[in-house]
Amino acid sequence: MAQSDARLPVRKTYKLFIGGAFPRSESGRSYVVNDARGGFLANASQASRKDARDAVGAARKAFGGWSGRTPYNRGQILYRIAEMLEGRRGQFVEELRAAGAAKGAAGAEVDEAVDRWVWYAGWADKLAAVAGSANPVAGPFFNFSTPEPTGVVAIVAPDSPLLGLVSVVAPAIVSGNTCVVVASEPAPLPAITLAEVLATSDLPGGVVNVLTGRRAELAPWLASHMDVNALDLAGAPADLAGSLEEAAAGNLKRVLRPGPEAGIERMTALLETKTVWHPVGT
Amino acid sequence: MSSDVPRGDALFEYAPAPESRDVVDIKPAYGLFIGGEWVDGSSETRSKTIDPSTEEPLAEVVWADAADVDRAVAAARKAHDEVWGPMPGRERAKYLYRLARLIQERSRELAVLESIDNGKPIRESRDVDLPLVAAHFFYHAGWADKLEYAGYGPDPRPLGVAAQVIPWNFPLLMLAWKIAPALACGNTVVLKPAETTPLTALAFAELCRQADLPPGVVNIVTGAGETGRLLVEHPGVDKVAFTGSTEVGKQIARAVAGTAKRLTLELGGKAANIVFDDAPLDQAVEGIVNGIFFNQGHVCCAGSRLLVQETVAEEVLDRLKVRMATLRVGDPLDKNTDIGAINSAAQLERIRALSEIGEREGAERWSPPCELPSRGFWFAPTVFTGVAQSHRIAREEIFGPVLSVLTFRTPAEAVEKANNTPYGLSAGVWTEKGSRILWTAQRLRAGVVWANTFNKFDPAAPFGGYRESGFGREGGRHGLGAYLAGAQR
Repeated sequence: MAQSDARLPVRKTYKLFIGGAFPRSESGRSYVVNDARGGFLANASQASRKDARDAVGAARKAFGGWSGRTPYNRGQILYRIAEMLEGRRGQFVEELRAAGAAKGAAGAEVDEAVDRWVWYAGWADKLAAVAGSANPVAGPFFNFSTPEPTGVVAIVAPDSPLLGLVSVVAPAIVSGNTCVVVASEPAPLPAITLAEVLATSDLPGGVVNVLTGRRAELAPWLASHMDVNALDLAGAPADLAGSLEEAAAGNLKRVLRPGPEAGIERMTALLETKTVWHPVGT
Repeated sequence: MSSDVPRGDALFEYAPAPESRDVVDIKPAYGLFIGGEWVDGSSETRSKTIDPSTEEPLAEVVWADAADVDRAVAAARKAHDEVWGPMPGRERAKYLYRLARLIQERSRELAVLESIDNGKPIRESRDVDLPLVAAHFFYHAGWADKLEYAGYGPDPRPLGVAAQVIPWNFPLLMLAWKIAPALACGNTVVLKPAETTPLTALAFAELCRQADLPPGVVNIVTGAGETGRLLVEHPGVDKVAFTGSTEVGKQIARAVAGTAKRLTLELGGKAANIVFDDAPLDQAVEGIVNGIFFNQGHVCCAGSRLLVQETVAEEVLDRLKVRMATLRVGDPLDKNTDIGAINSAAQLERIRALSEIGEREGAERWSPPCELPSRGFWFAPTVFTGVAQSHRIAREEIFGPVLSVLTFRTPAEAVEKANNTPYGLSAGVWTEKGSRILWTAQRLRAGVVWANTFNKFDPAAPFGGYRESGFGREGGRHGLGAYLAGAQR
């Protein structure tokens, strides 16, 4: 950071993001986050099991309201997130550079992250038209299938600290799910700054909850939590993914394994399909 | 019992609550919007658009001639070939999102302008038209970068230049229905608003400039039927989209016959609104009122034929008359107004003529006591009972606040009467029984069926007609097909 002789900059305290608020970890723990050259950047909160459980509780509490919004309204809010992120472009470029990205790459990553929010925003009121159907059953019945959000999604975010995070959070929430996301462990700071964007975009508190800390410590609690409906292992270390999937079997969570995603799979993997039958007759 | 019908003076007196006109800025004269610039136009023909509630002139507009239409089509072609067609969908999307936001930001101003130029109540322009306009741009913005998911193949392409001609009943909303999907799919447009309601389209041209939309992507040419004819018959257009009367729709269909132009038409209607004996009657009455008196009945999908089951006919009519007596007709900018001004002298004349024919043919005419302003174009909400299927008021689109009531005994008879029309745009069904809603909906030859509601619109829901109400759909995944190459519709 450039130091000015005239004025000492005020540094930001990086905390967690749970239920729309920014608490410190209840454990009182933090860990040092360094820049790419090993210099001190900040202390990040080191979330605990209890923080994870609080975050799941907040996500569950937010689910009814968020999934009950009209798709149009959710789309408007996701687009608002893109607007707010674009407005903070400079701040994110700086944070990504501090995390080791080259200047051009940092700018490109922020641009791509903004555009990704825009892409997902448009899906809110189109997903049902693409993933739903009217079913021509052989009988006097009106029959249709609509996609619905699965519920609370626990996400282990990949290490790409902004674009990777956006790429897993946006497809989870666009359809009405709420989520608890464990940010990149080595580069958690952009996730907390993104939480500031989310907090000022009319996104209801609890729809996205961000934990920073040790993935190996937090992910197993989320994977085995009985009030979590789905688990996204995008950023889970290879040696952990298998055991997390196994823990997720406890309540048959929908599991997204790590690996490249294509098209709309990240959204459809987190949807249930509901089929409704109704008789036709006078 | 008709003795329950309150007299006009039994209504609550409301103090006038006019929306301020100060938010709009109408220029004395407008040119044409071509290639991102305001141009004078080579035509000498001009006309004044008027406020139908006062008959006062608002602004002068040009009636574009062949040379003007040529320029507009050339500008659209250039923009399509060089900029808009090749542009990645996600960049097009961002322009459309900008337009959606600009509309949201200026929606009050646009609503007031719409009410002044069109005569519709501010309550409707503010609460229905403008929110839907913004929603249409927002919705289609989202498609611009997802067209490969819309079901038209892996790499759907735009058609090119779209010639779009829209009516005066929902001026800005019809603009949105036309321009948003065309642009989302990569087409450029030349749009002609109706000669009596050009002002919001011209205001939209300014929004295109504020959004930095590339020049030529949207071109607006004003004028009357001749300008529209020149536009749809221009050899440089690839696609024609028209909303208006069935008569003109047929002329356009003949004009594009034998060309490679793609065509969609959204035309007239004579919708049946069917009330079964088990319907929730209070809701049904609200739906009947909304169905025929919304926007002064200037609605192609208006529920202009009420089909009511014989056993509840008397009760429904009594309740309907009580409700009609509470409708407030008057100043479109007054927030209490339910029914505003008829859009033009010509339209008022048509409504009057058909209503007189209705009386002559033997139907019984009724309107609540209703004082109409002395200046401007007004027509009291009117209901005809004792209407037979052969009456002209049961067959022809009146496009005004006039309801024709027929009765039926069985569901099959209701369906037969509902379908006994060359039109097929919309229909309504009122019953508490879900299976009967679906049974009836299956048999109605109409593109939109509203059950226990009426006149609902959403950009995600396809809209359009069967038979002589036109072809093609607007809105939803289906609406994109009208603007993509290779798609059937």
